[in-house]
Amino acid sequence: MGNGILVLCEQEGGQIKGTALELLGKARELAAQLGGSVTALVMGTSTPTGVKGAQQIWCVDGPDFQAYNTGPWARAVQVAIEKAAPALVLATSTVATRDFFPRLAARLGLGLATEVVDLCVVDGQVLGRRPVYAGKALYDVRVSSDPAIFTARPNSFPVPADLPDAPAPEALDVALTEADRLTRVVDTLAPETDVVDLTEAAVIVSGGRGLKSKENYDSIIRPLAAALGATPGASRAAVDAGFASHGDQVGQTGKVVNPNLYVACGISGAIQHLAGMRTSKVIVAINKDEEAPIFDFATYGIVADLFTICPLLQAEIEDLD
Amino acid sequence: MKIGVLLKQVPDTETRIRIADDASGIVTDDIKWVINPYDEHALEEALKLKDARKAKEVVIFSLGGKGVDQRIREGLARGAERGVWIEAPENLDSLAIARALAAAVKAEGVDLLLAGKQAVDDDNSQVPAMVAEILGWPQVMMISELQIDDGGFKATRDVGKGVRQVVEGRLPAVISCDKSLNTPRYASLPGIMKARRKKIDNKNISALGVDTSSDPLVSHGNWGLPPERSKGQVIPGEPKEAVKELVRLLREEAKVL
Repeated sequence: MGNGILVLCEQEGGQIKGTALELLGKARELAAQLGGSVTALVMGTSTPTGVKGAQQIWCVDGPDFQAYNTGPWARAVQVAIEKAAPALVLATSTVATRDFFPRLAARLGLGLATEVVDLCVVDGQVLGRRPVYAGKALYDVRVSSDPAIFTARPNSFPVPADLPDAPAPEALDVALTEADRLTRVVDTLAPETDVVDLTEAAVIVSGGRGLKSKENYDSIIRPLAAALGATPGASRAAVDAGFASHGDQVGQTGKVVNPNLYVACGISGAIQHLAGMRTSKVIVAINKDEEAPIFDFATYGIVADLFTICPLLQAEIEDLD
Repeated sequence: MKIGVLLKQVPDTETRIRIADDASGIVTDDIKWVINPYDEHALEEALKLKDARKAKEVVIFSLGGKGVDQRIREGLARGAERGVWIEAPENLDSLAIARALAAAVKAEGVDLLLAGKQAVDDDNSQVPAMVAEILGWPQVMMISELQIDDGGFKATRDVGKGVRQVVEGRLPAVISCDKSLNTPRYASLPGIMKARRKKIDNKNISALGVDTSSDPLVSHGNWGLPPERSKGQVIPGEPKEAVKELVRLLREEAKVL
């Protein structure tokens, strides 16, 4: 049986991300019940800052590991798993872990549960809670392999305030083979805007079919979002009608979001849209149809034309402070 | 070039999910089954490559029980040549499914395998990358652009915060598709007529050398619905007053501004 917990930690410019700290906090809590120590694995730097709650830090650095690439990352995590021989491997669900972890799990014959929103220990075994059907249902998930691998959705756990500092990092040597170099990253394109990603946004202003045109989306939703410091989003109907791009879509076949404030303008609230935003802390609905299903789950609603309300709301926000 | 497409049958996204009395899964009576929306983009990309004469044949691979042959038939109506239906029991884990699909893909011998970035039922996004590992092929998951030339591929994927990576590799490869890649076509009437005569090979999962008798590595239970959101308040009054009250509530009651 493996012992201890290996946590893959994301960093940005050498600084450990909040999503990694929440996992380290959870790992510490689980390790207290399962036994063993917590090892933080950091990719792409040899001098990470802000690592807490781990008994050791292993760093994998070098040109192959800085930008994400499937083969090198899978190999590095494999080397770490073989060295640590843990009972449990944790990581945040990101584009990178969604890409390489299934590949590594298949290589090592391990079970992987992705995108859990809760983790606990029951009868000495780790149990995850995981949304399916874009959050329309949830189930308990168990992984019987040794180690078990779980990835967690960002912002699932609070970061404990009392996490102790971790010791100095050690370098983990990872030798790559030809089989790890099946793909090459030949270019990295900078974002066209500097807005926060929908999946990480604290505030989202979304527009629906009620906007009637792309021009209205651009002149109503975008300025309101800018006033609120929000990321603009859209319903599937609005995307299908060409008001916004596919990357802006919130819902079961778009982004699943988890903001503090979600403002839905001219969105009726179809089941598949609700699936993508139901965990928002506060939902505001602006729709002239008082029968729209969105009013059944909105925290605050205004039954009126969005073309009247949105500019007033924008002016009111701009007048604050 | 021959292209394989992984296709999964899932409940329509407008489905209201109900949990079975024993909490072992969802109630599947009265569900409208559809092709997984992301797989439609994979199929479309394969058909586009055939239209551009870069591929000669598109073969659909699908694993599952009742109704899967109908979803394959829908894919054939859009323009794929043949289908392979792997009949398999419910509740296999992703690795067993990937082993079966990889064996079928290997037996068929394709140059490129396309899939959706995830299935909108279990949202696992595991099977395509597992198939790539089992076959020893390069992979790029969740792509938004694809070029195929001279036995190689160039694919673009979003790695978060709007940053995109361009990734290259040689064929054969496994690539999973996001929505922004293309707009799926509808089946034409002649396409639907033709599809009736196209061939679907039926394979049994045990004949592909996959043992389904052992316990799954990943198992689930205790299904439930998310907590209901309680109905909030509709703010009355004239637009100007209602907006002022909304902003006050957001600041003082909800404390999100």
